[in-house]
Amino acid sequence: MTGLRVKNLSFSYGARPVLRDINVSPLKPGSLTALIGPNASGKSTLFRCIAGLLKPSAGEVWLDQTDLSTLRQKPRLQRICIMPQFFAANAALTVFDVVLMAHKNLSGWRVSPEDVATVADALDAGGISHLADAYIGELSGGQAQLVSVAQSLVRRSDVYLFDEPTSALDLRHQLDVLGQIRSQMIARDAVGVVALHDLNLAARFADRLVLLGDGFIRAQGPPSEVLSTSELASVYGVDIQVAQGPKQEISVHAYSP
Amino acid sequence: MSIAAPAKAASIADGYRARTLKRVAMTLGAAVCLLLTLTMDVITGPADLSFWRTFTVILNPSVATVQEEVIIWDLRLPIACMAIAVGAMLGVAGAEMQTILNNPLADPFTLGLSSAASFGAALAIVLGWSVIPNVGGLFVTVNAFVLAMLTSLSLFGFTKLRGVTPEAMILVGIAMLFTFNALLAFLQYGATELQLAQIVFWQLGSLARATWAKVGVCLAVLAIVLPYFIHRSWALTALRMGEEKAASLGVNVSLLRLSVLAGVSLLSATAVSFVGAIAFVGLVGPHIARIIVGEDQRGFLPMSALAGALILSGTSIASKAITPGVVYPIGMITSLIGIPFFISLILGQRRKHWQ
Repeated sequence: MTGLRVKNLSFSYGARPVLRDINVSPLKPGSLTALIGPNASGKSTLFRCIAGLLKPSAGEVWLDQTDLSTLRQKPRLQRICIMPQFFAANAALTVFDVVLMAHKNLSGWRVSPEDVATVADALDAGGISHLADAYIGELSGGQAQLVSVAQSLVRRSDVYLFDEPTSALDLRHQLDVLGQIRSQMIARDAVGVVALHDLNLAARFADRLVLLGDGFIRAQGPPSEVLSTSELASVYGVDIQVAQGPKQEISVHAYSP
Repeated sequence: MSIAAPAKAASIADGYRARTLKRVAMTLGAAVCLLLTLTMDVITGPADLSFWRTFTVILNPSVATVQEEVIIWDLRLPIACMAIAVGAMLGVAGAEMQTILNNPLADPFTLGLSSAASFGAALAIVLGWSVIPNVGGLFVTVNAFVLAMLTSLSLFGFTKLRGVTPEAMILVGIAMLFTFNALLAFLQYGATELQLAQIVFWQLGSLARATWAKVGVCLAVLAIVLPYFIHRSWALTALRMGEEKAASLGVNVSLLRLSVLAGVSLLSATAVSFVGAIAFVGLVGPHIARIIVGEDQRGFLPMSALAGALILSGTSIASKAITPGVVYPIGMITSLIGIPFFISLILGQRRKHWQ
C-alpha cells in the first residue's frame, strides 16, 4: 500500500494557471494530512483534480497501483470521497434523507434495515442524531456542515477529501469533527486530507501538512517542520511565531507585518 | 455516549420507518382518491344516466343501448382516463422541471413549450399549414407537438453554446416564450373571427377531443419516460443538494439535466398537443407533492404524478358540474378551483422550502 500520490499536476482555468507542477509525496492510509494555504491558493482546485471533478492540464494522480485517470467517473468517486465546501440547499429533504442518499450512492430504490441502521449510526457518531427529522433548509451553517461531514463519513472510500469541514463550527465542534475524522481515517485505514485555515488545528490533528501558495507546493512534511519554515510567513504575508506549549503542542501566532 | 448510542440509533431508525410508512400510506390514499374521482368523472355528465346503470354498462357492455355505449365507452371513459393520464404527465414533467432548473416557478411550459405548441396549432388553424404532410385530421395536434419539440431541441442547441446552467436555460426559454407569443399574435391579427375563436378555444384546453388512441399514446409516453426518471431518482434527489454535492456523488449534472429535459419535453409536448395549454397542473401538482411527502424522489415522483392526475380529474368533474348541461374548457377551471386550494396549502404549511 503506497497511498495517494500526486505527480506533476497542473491546472488552469482558461489562461489563468491555478496549480503548477504539484507533487505530493505519498499520503499513507490511516493518516490525516492538512492542506493549508491562503484564500485562492488552489486548495479546492487540487481537491477537485484529485477527485476527478476537474481534468488537470498535465500530471497524474495515483492511488496505490492505480492511475486514477484510467477509472470512470463513478468508480473513481466511489474510491475518493470529496466533501465540497459549500452546502446551500433548501429542499424538502430531512437530514436523514440526505445522509441516506449519500449512503445509497445512486443505487436502487429499496432501503434495507441495514441501510437505515448504517445511516442512524452515522448520524449518532456525528452528534447530529437529534437533527435526523429536521429539514436541511432549517439548519444553521454549522449544523449543515456537520451533516455534510456525516454524508462523507457514511460512505466507504479509500480516500476522503474534506474542503474546510470546520469553517462554520464553534470551538467544541471543531475539535469533535477533526477528532472524528482522524480516528475514522485510522479505523478505516483510509487516506484523509482536510483543507484548513486554522493552523493550530492543522498542527494538532494532522500527521502531515502540505502548504500551497499561489498554485505551488511551498512546503510539505510533519507539522513542526512545515510550520517552522520561512515559507509560511511569506505565503500568508504575515509575521508568524511558533511556540511549543506545555503538552508539546504547537501553537501558531500571526501578526500583521 | 457509547451506552446510549444503540438506543438512540434505534429510535432514529424507528422515526425513519414511521415516516416511510406515512409516505406510502399517503401515496396509497392519493391513489384511492384518484379511483374515486375517476368514478365520479364517469358517472357525471349532461346525459342523465344513473350510477348503477353506468356501472352495469361498464361491467357488461352487451346490455347497453347504442346511446349508452357511445356516451360511456366513447365519451366519458376516454375523457376520464385522458384527464388522469395528462394530469400525471404534467405533474411529473413539472416536478422534474423544478428539480433540474432548481426553480419553484418552473413548470413544463416555462421554457416556451406551450406557446410554441399554441403557435403550431394556430399555424394549422389559420393558414392550414401542416408541418408534417399527410397526417390528415390530426394536423393541429401534430403541428403543436412538432413545434414544442423543436423548441426544446433549439434549447439543447443553446445549452451547447452557453453551458447547461439553470439560468441560461430559463433565460433562453423565456425568450422563446415571448417569440412564439409574438408570432402567435401575428397569426391572430390576420385570422378570421371563426379562426380566432378556434385558437382561443384550443388554448383554453379541453378534454372533449379525447379518444382511446390518444389515451394510448399518453400511456405509451409515460411508459417510456417514467422508468428513466425512476432510474435517475437518486441523482435527481442529489441535485437538490446543489450541483457540487451531486457531482461529488458521481452524477454527471449536465447530462442529467439534458436527458431529463428531453423526457420533460416529450411529456409536456404530448400533453399540450392533445388537450391544449393547461399550465397550472404542472406548477401546483409538484408543490402539493413536496408539501405532503418531501423531495426524496422515491416519494416525490409518484406523488407528483398522483397530484397532477387528481387535479385534472377533479377539474374534469367540476367542468361538468358548474352549469348543468355545459362542459367548460378545463384550462379555465384548473386555475379557478385550484388556486384557492393551493393558497390555503401554502398558508397552512409550517415549513418554507423555497426562499
